[in-house]
Amino acid sequence: MSASILAGTPAPGTAEVPRRSSRRAGSGMLAAVRSNSKAMVGALLLLLFVVVAALPQLFTSIDTPDAHAFELGLPPSWDHPLGTTAFGQDIYAQLIYGTRQSLIIAVVVGGLATVLSVIVGVSAAYLGGATDSLLSAMTDVFLVVPTFPLIIVIAAYAGKGSLLVIIGVLVITGWSYGARQLRAQALSLRNRDFLESARVRGERRSYIIVCEVLPTMTSLILATFLGSALYAVLTAAGLQFIGLGDSSSLSWGTMLHWAQSNAALQSGQPLWVVAPGLCIALLGASFALLNYAFDEISNPALRPVRRSRGKRARS
Amino acid sequence: MRFLMHRLGFFALTLWAAITVNFFIPRLMPGDPASAMMARFHGRVNPAAIHAMEIAFGVDDQQSLWSQYVGYLHNTVTGNFGTSLTYFPLSVSSQIAQAVPWTLGLVGVATVLAFLGGTLIGTISGWRRGGTVDSIVPPVFVVTSALPYFWVGMMMILVFSVWTNGALPNDGAYSLDVVPGFTMPFITDVLRHALLPAMTVLITSIGGWILTMRNNMVTVLAEDYVRMGRAKGLSSRKIMYQYAARNALLPNLAGFAMSLGFVVAGAILVEYVFNYPGLGYMLLNAVNNLDYPLMQALFLMITVAVLVAVLICDFLTAWLDPRARSAS
Repeated sequence: MSASILAGTPAPGTAEVPRRSSRRAGSGMLAAVRSNSKAMVGALLLLLFVVVAALPQLFTSIDTPDAHAFELGLPPSWDHPLGTTAFGQDIYAQLIYGTRQSLIIAVVVGGLATVLSVIVGVSAAYLGGATDSLLSAMTDVFLVVPTFPLIIVIAAYAGKGSLLVIIGVLVITGWSYGARQLRAQALSLRNRDFLESARVRGERRSYIIVCEVLPTMTSLILATFLGSALYAVLTAAGLQFIGLGDSSSLSWGTMLHWAQSNAALQSGQPLWVVAPGLCIALLGASFALLNYAFDEISNPALRPVRRSRGKRARS
Repeated sequence: MRFLMHRLGFFALTLWAAITVNFFIPRLMPGDPASAMMARFHGRVNPAAIHAMEIAFGVDDQQSLWSQYVGYLHNTVTGNFGTSLTYFPLSVSSQIAQAVPWTLGLVGVATVLAFLGGTLIGTISGWRRGGTVDSIVPPVFVVTSALPYFWVGMMMILVFSVWTNGALPNDGAYSLDVVPGFTMPFITDVLRHALLPAMTVLITSIGGWILTMRNNMVTVLAEDYVRMGRAKGLSSRKIMYQYAARNALLPNLAGFAMSLGFVVAGAILVEYVFNYPGLGYMLLNAVNNLDYPLMQALFLMITVAVLVAVLICDFLTAWLDPRARSAS
C-alpha cells in the first residue's frame, strides 16, 4: 500500500487522464524512460536483478548455498566476499540464489493483483449502478482493513506458508488500491467521444472495454503493477522475517529471519543483516523509482523543470 | 451532514466485515483449526481455558452456526474476548489494555509527526519547483519509502546501539531497574527507549507524505486562483500556505487514511525488532504461542484503531472542505 503514497496521483476523481492516443504510447514510452534519469536507474536495477535471478550460477561458483559447508561465522575474505553465516553458509551465494524467489513473488503478485484491480475497477466504472456501488464498497473495505495483521492471523491458522500461500494472500490483500485508481480513471473516460462513437458503431461491450478503454489506461495499469510489486516485495519480506514464510526455502526475507534469530547484530555479524536488507531495499527502490517516473511521464505537470537548472548552472 | 452519515455507515460496514472475517477464518481454514484445537486441549487444560477458547471462537457444539455467530457478535461488542492462554488466568482485555498505551504513544506520535513533517517538506519542495530542495527531495524519498521497516530498525540498532556500545537502548520500552511512575528518571528512560523505534517509523513513512504533498502542490500551483493571488500582489508566503498548501492538503489527508494500514504493518515489525511491548509485538507473540483468543482480539483492536483514525480523517476533511460537506 505504500504504492498509494508513491503513485502520488491527485485524489480520485481529479485523476489526470493521459491525453496521448494508445498508438503512440509504445514508442513514446520507451523514449520517455530513456530521457528520465529516475526511470533509467530503476530499469537498470531491475534488469540486474532479473539477470541474477535467471542465471545465478554466473555470479557464484557455489551451487548449494543452503549446505552448511564452511566454517561458522567467518569474516569477509576473498573466498567469501560477505563472510559466512552462523550455520556456515556463504552469505554472498545465499544472496545470489535468494534473488529468484523475491523476484518471482514480486512479478507474480504484481501481475495477478493488477489483473484483479483492472477487472474490479474497470467493470465497476463501466457497469455503474448497483454493481458499481457494491464493487466500490468492497474495494474500500479491503483498502482500510489493516491487511498485515490479517495476513499474520491467516498464516497462523494455515500453518507456515508455502510460496503459493504467500502469493495467494498477497494478491487477495494487494489489489484494492489499484482498483480504486483504475475505477476513477475509467469513470472519467466513460463519456469520451471515442467511446461514444464505438457504441454508436454498435460494438460489443467486451470489445469496447478490451480494445478501446484498456489501451488508453496503459500507463495507470503499469503504475498499478509497479505499486503492487513493491507492496509484494516488502510484505513478503516482512512475513518471511517473522518466520511465517517457508523457513527452509532461500530468500532474502528468510535470510534476515535466521540472522535475527541468531542475534547476528549483537554477535558481530552485521553483514548477514545488511546485505539481504539492502537487496530488498534496492529491488523495492527499482519498482518505486519506475513508478514515480511513470507518474512524471504520464503527467507532464510533474516533470522536473529544466529551465531553472540551466539558469543555476550559468550563475 | 450527509457526507458524515455516509462515512459513519461505511465505518459500521467495515467493522462488521472485520468481525465477521475474524469469526469465519478459523472455520474456513483446512482441517478446521477451531475444532481441532478444542479437541487437542480437552482434558489437558482446565475447563476455564476451554471456556476461554469457546468464547474466542464462538464454538459450541450444541448450537447452530447462526446462533454461534450471534453469540460471538454479542461477546465481541461487549468486549468479552475470553481469557488469554499465554497469560492464563488473566483476561484478554486486560492484556490488551496494557499494550495499547505503548503502541499509541510510539506509533501514533511517530505517524502524526511524519505526516506533519512530510507535508511541510513537500509543500516547500513543490513551491520551489526545480530548486535545490526539489532536486534532492524526490529521488531520496522515493528510495526511503521503499525500505523495509524492520530492516531500517535493525540498521538503527546496529549504528546507534551496537556500534556505540549501547549508547541508546534497543530492547523493550523501559529499563527493568527503573521504577515505573511519574518520575523524571522513568520518563527520560521511556523516551530514550522510544527514540530508535520512533525514528525508524519516521524515516520510512515520511517519504510517502513528502512525495504526495509535493505532487499535489505542483498540480494546485497551476490553478487559476493561485495566478489570481499573484496578480493581486499577495505575498509569496500567503499564496504558498493559504492558497496552495491548504488545497493540496485535502487529497493528502485522504491518502493518510488509506495508507494507515501500511504504516500499521510496518509498526508491527518495528515493535517486534525492538521488543517493544505494544499491540504488534503482542500479536506476534500470540501467534508464536498459538494463543488464539488473544490473537483474534488483537486483530480486531488494530482494525478498530485504524478505522477510528480513518473516521477522524473523514471528519477533518468534512471540516476543512466545504465541497465534501455539501456534495454527495
